[in-house]
Amino acid sequence: MKKFFASLLMLAGILLSGTVTALDPIDYQSPAEEQRFKALAAELRCVMCQNQSIADSNAPIAHDLRMEVLRLMREGRSDEDIKQYLVERYSDFVLYDPPMRGGNWLLWIGPFALLLVGGLAVTWVIRNKQKQPDAGGDTGEDW
Amino acid sequence: MSRLLPLLAFIGLALLLFVGIRMNSGKDTSAIPSPLIGKTAPAMQLPELALPESRLGIADLKGKAYVLNVWGSWCVSCRIEHPVITDLARSGAVVVGYNYKDSPEDAARWLAQYGNPFALVVQDRDGQAALDWGIYGAPETFVIDAAGVVRFKHIGPLTPEIVAEHILPALQEVP
Repeated sequence: MKKFFASLLMLAGILLSGTVTALDPIDYQSPAEEQRFKALAAELRCVMCQNQSIADSNAPIAHDLRMEVLRLMREGRSDEDIKQYLVERYSDFVLYDPPMRGGNWLLWIGPFALLLVGGLAVTWVIRNKQKQPDAGGDTGEDW
Repeated sequence: MSRLLPLLAFIGLALLLFVGIRMNSGKDTSAIPSPLIGKTAPAMQLPELALPESRLGIADLKGKAYVLNVWGSWCVSCRIEHPVITDLARSGAVVVGYNYKDSPEDAARWLAQYGNPFALVVQDRDGQAALDWGIYGAPETFVIDAAGVVRFKHIGPLTPEIVAEHILPALQEVP
């Protein structure tokens, strides 16, 4: 049992170290810069591995984009500026929080539209059942 | 009617999913549409790879429609598309090689081994200039018209079909 826990602990260590080394060491100029950089990098999607942010990804392009973001930050650009800079080159795909424009409205509206349709269907079914409380009363108990 | 409802709902959902699958089938879902299309291509300020076969310099590209092919000697898919690029160059198109994250020695060796279809090869060793093009891997292929506007981009290896359907027509387009 002890061995089991030891290996479990080791596994956790390996998994954790994996996520830590994904980010290469950066010499931050201040804790504020580190915080801002990490927040920004987590909001930007890696173009190569699209289910990871550029903060999480090991892909070379994610590394390049992280360095570019840091460079632009040190040039004194705002977060919005930096996002715009990347969108101009890599399109809205780089944003985890895409703006509502072009075909993107479907992303925003779609889930709510589906929820609305589902809700209407449920209401309709319940209403119908209430209208005829006795209908099929004998078969209803069978299952 | 109420008995048919679940069936109708099922058919509706099945249709939705079917359309979703059809829209994505045969397409590379990881390919990102380029926001550069219809815009002026980034200025080319890269060193040229010195090769005896080079027929053009960067300055010669002005006023010419050309194909820009991103490749590296480390890139497996580039070897796969190499015959297609060679055919494209033989047909008379100006094909410029964009050597991405590669060493000049490896690039020259690769070209010597497989043949050099490029009229000119520019070198981006660290991939910094590639960010301006929205490049995120190799192979990628752009078509730039005589006015210097990006007309088309393809991500992934070229096939003869893509060349016939997109690259050649894009090269014919008059700015």
